[in-house]
Amino acid sequence: MLRHLMMTAAAATLFATGASAETLRFATARDVYGLDPHAVTDSFTNIFTHHLYEPLVRYDADLKIEPALATSWEVIEPTRVRFTLREGVTFHGGEAFGADDVQVSLMRAVDPKSPLRGNLPGLKAVEIVDDLTVDLILEGPTPLLNNYLTNIFILDKGWLEANNAVAPIDASQGEEGYTTNNANGTGPFKLESRRPDALNVLVANDAWWDTPVHNLTRIEHTPIGSDATRVAALLSGEIDLIEPAPLQDANRIEAADGVRMLQNPGLRSIMMGINMGDSLVDGNVDGNPLKDIRVRQALYHAINMDLIRDRIMRGKSRVTGSLIAPEVNGYTEAMDARLPYDPERAKALLAEAGYPNGFAFNLNCPNDRYVNDEGICQAMAAMLAQAGLEPRLVTEPRQMHFQKVDNRQVDVFMLGWATLPMLDGFSVLSAMLATPGGEYGTFTPAGYSNPRVDELTKAVATEVDPEKRNAMMIEALMLAKDDIAWLPLHQQPLSWAARDTVEVPQAADDLVRLWYARVTK
Amino acid sequence: MTDTTQIKTTPSALTRLWNSDVAWNFRRSWTARISSVLILILFAAALFAPLLATQNPYDISQLFLLDSELPPAWIEGGDPRYFLGTDEQARDLYSSILYGLRLSLIVGFASVALAAVVGISLGLLGGFVGGMVDGAIMRVADILLSFPAILVALLVNGIARGVLPPERHADAAIWVLILAIGLTNWVQYARTVRGSTMVERQKEYVQAARINGVSGMGIMLQHILPNVLGPVLVIATINLGMAVLTEATLSFLGVGMPATQPSLGTLIRIGNEYLFSGIWWVVIFPSVVLVALVLAVNLLGDWLRDALNPKLR
Repeated sequence: MLRHLMMTAAAATLFATGASAETLRFATARDVYGLDPHAVTDSFTNIFTHHLYEPLVRYDADLKIEPALATSWEVIEPTRVRFTLREGVTFHGGEAFGADDVQVSLMRAVDPKSPLRGNLPGLKAVEIVDDLTVDLILEGPTPLLNNYLTNIFILDKGWLEANNAVAPIDASQGEEGYTTNNANGTGPFKLESRRPDALNVLVANDAWWDTPVHNLTRIEHTPIGSDATRVAALLSGEIDLIEPAPLQDANRIEAADGVRMLQNPGLRSIMMGINMGDSLVDGNVDGNPLKDIRVRQALYHAINMDLIRDRIMRGKSRVTGSLIAPEVNGYTEAMDARLPYDPERAKALLAEAGYPNGFAFNLNCPNDRYVNDEGICQAMAAMLAQAGLEPRLVTEPRQMHFQKVDNRQVDVFMLGWATLPMLDGFSVLSAMLATPGGEYGTFTPAGYSNPRVDELTKAVATEVDPEKRNAMMIEALMLAKDDIAWLPLHQQPLSWAARDTVEVPQAADDLVRLWYARVTK
Repeated sequence: MTDTTQIKTTPSALTRLWNSDVAWNFRRSWTARISSVLILILFAAALFAPLLATQNPYDISQLFLLDSELPPAWIEGGDPRYFLGTDEQARDLYSSILYGLRLSLIVGFASVALAAVVGISLGLLGGFVGGMVDGAIMRVADILLSFPAILVALLVNGIARGVLPPERHADAAIWVLILAIGLTNWVQYARTVRGSTMVERQKEYVQAARINGVSGMGIMLQHILPNVLGPVLVIATINLGMAVLTEATLSFLGVGMPATQPSLGTLIRIGNEYLFSGIWWVVIFPSVVLVALVLAVNLLGDWLRDALNPKLR
């Protein structure tokens, strides 16, 4: 009996070592905001749930759109697009995938209460043609429809109904539902277990419709908040892949055996928004000096981005004058020109504008959102102070920061924009430059309104000719550049680190797609 | 015995102290002498920080990013202007440590004072009045004692932060810390004082005062209080070290002083993020100062306990 037990134990050990070769242990700075793919617009939550759920069309490892749950699509009328769905797909629970699932999921995502509605603008209805064909009814021509759809995942209708989860929830408001900790998708991985803020375990879905590129059997995702602890976990072999890897530790990681840095230029542009409303949130002068273009130019001249790149960003950021990265549709080289670093000119401009002794204002930054965000802001505050201004630095966790940005309770504030999920300059026009109101201008700084930019934004939204569309986008972005509607800083680098045995593509959108990951011995 | 409380403040009391048993003991103890010299140096450094520092680390216009992450002056690449090197924001570490020490000591002293005032009052009241009041106070004390001190401090800290609007957090951080640590540590004072009070209140001089018609409050404050303060001094000294450590722990955990006004604990937390980057000086120097401070205070406290204990003489 005892011998029998020992042999079983030995066999179990052997089996465990065999299986662990294809287990990927993955650490990020924080956990997902729940597993409901419609509950939050956060890009990390979105890509994590993409392992469980799938959209109609998806980005591949090179950010090209390819068929996923839909196999083909055609524009029947400008406002009616027909999608043919993939046959033989099943959800993790065994339910067959069909047109009614698409209808329920898309309408759930665009529900007026859904936080995701802005990611699929203009969808009026979904009509079921037959079991594997749906028509999307749109308000107007939507050139970016497929780009939007890459971000809207399909859930099972029967499962949602059985668990009373058809109504959308908003994770940023702290709402939770059955879908927060349970998942039933069609994706390459299935949920095995979830302990919020501790461990998420996914296992490979053997019944996946696609031929897997990955060779993983299991993904163990652990959130590790502290940079140093995350690096230590990688170096000690406890973790196989970390995202992000702190820039200051790149040399240490490169020097260690068996691990390497994965670094590439990223899409996310970091910029400072400027309050141009009638008064400052926290100022010591009447009115709002920031409305004066000379004052905004002074801020621009006062900041030495090259030094911030060399010191805070360890030479890895790309200093830019543009609000979008070169990879994004709508970029031209002319956008990249910056006002040079010139503190004397900054002082002269301030004096010219009537503020020779400067003035106080709030400088708001998140401290857990972008690469070295707090460090950048501290350095920037010092540079602005040296130009004679009185920035009052406030660094906060992202929730508080973005709540203030939403409520326009900020004077100069940090924002990063990667134009996800559309990878198109229109995202900047509609969300950050158009005069606020309706679905446009969510992040536009208070008081910024340029009628010509508004006009161009509306035109770009429905223009289907790529060339005309691009010309209009460029015109609008250049106008905003001349207005200094935003003060561009840099594009932040992608910085991950992995064991040498892990191969994973690093797309410019900084999203970890583990269904392309391979673990070798 | 009655004069022990005033020893620190008036010079005449100091002269009297020189001839006392405690002073004789002090002159013979190496530990006491070394630790008090160390404490004096550190206190002086904290007190005169603005004069001794080469930079005001709270004034951001004095920080030049070009000078960030410089090693200590004696290492290649170091800059004589920054004796102990700089952190990632070009804050001079030597100056930061002086200012941080100052904050740590302010929090330490203020929270010990708060704990002592609360603890002595409650202990005196409980011990003198007895009955239900005593029972209530002591049960609260028991409950508090059953939690680790750091947990209670975290709790008070969390509540204070929940009540205050977020934009006030940075300004209020120091008060919240004092409150959190002070409200955690009063139990020891209360228990000690209560015990001594119960002994003292049976003594003849208290009976005499009572017969003379002195009010309960008067007896407590004028007659009993001066006679129960001896042990309190010992607890206060040891508690100062504990309070400084608790402050450092809270700041290290990120719920203490903000990065723009670093205390020793905050400096260690910032430095900890750079442990793998080879920038060791940001974490080592503040840690050494913290260890030296707490060690010296604790050694002095230990010695004081022994010196004031007649059984050990």
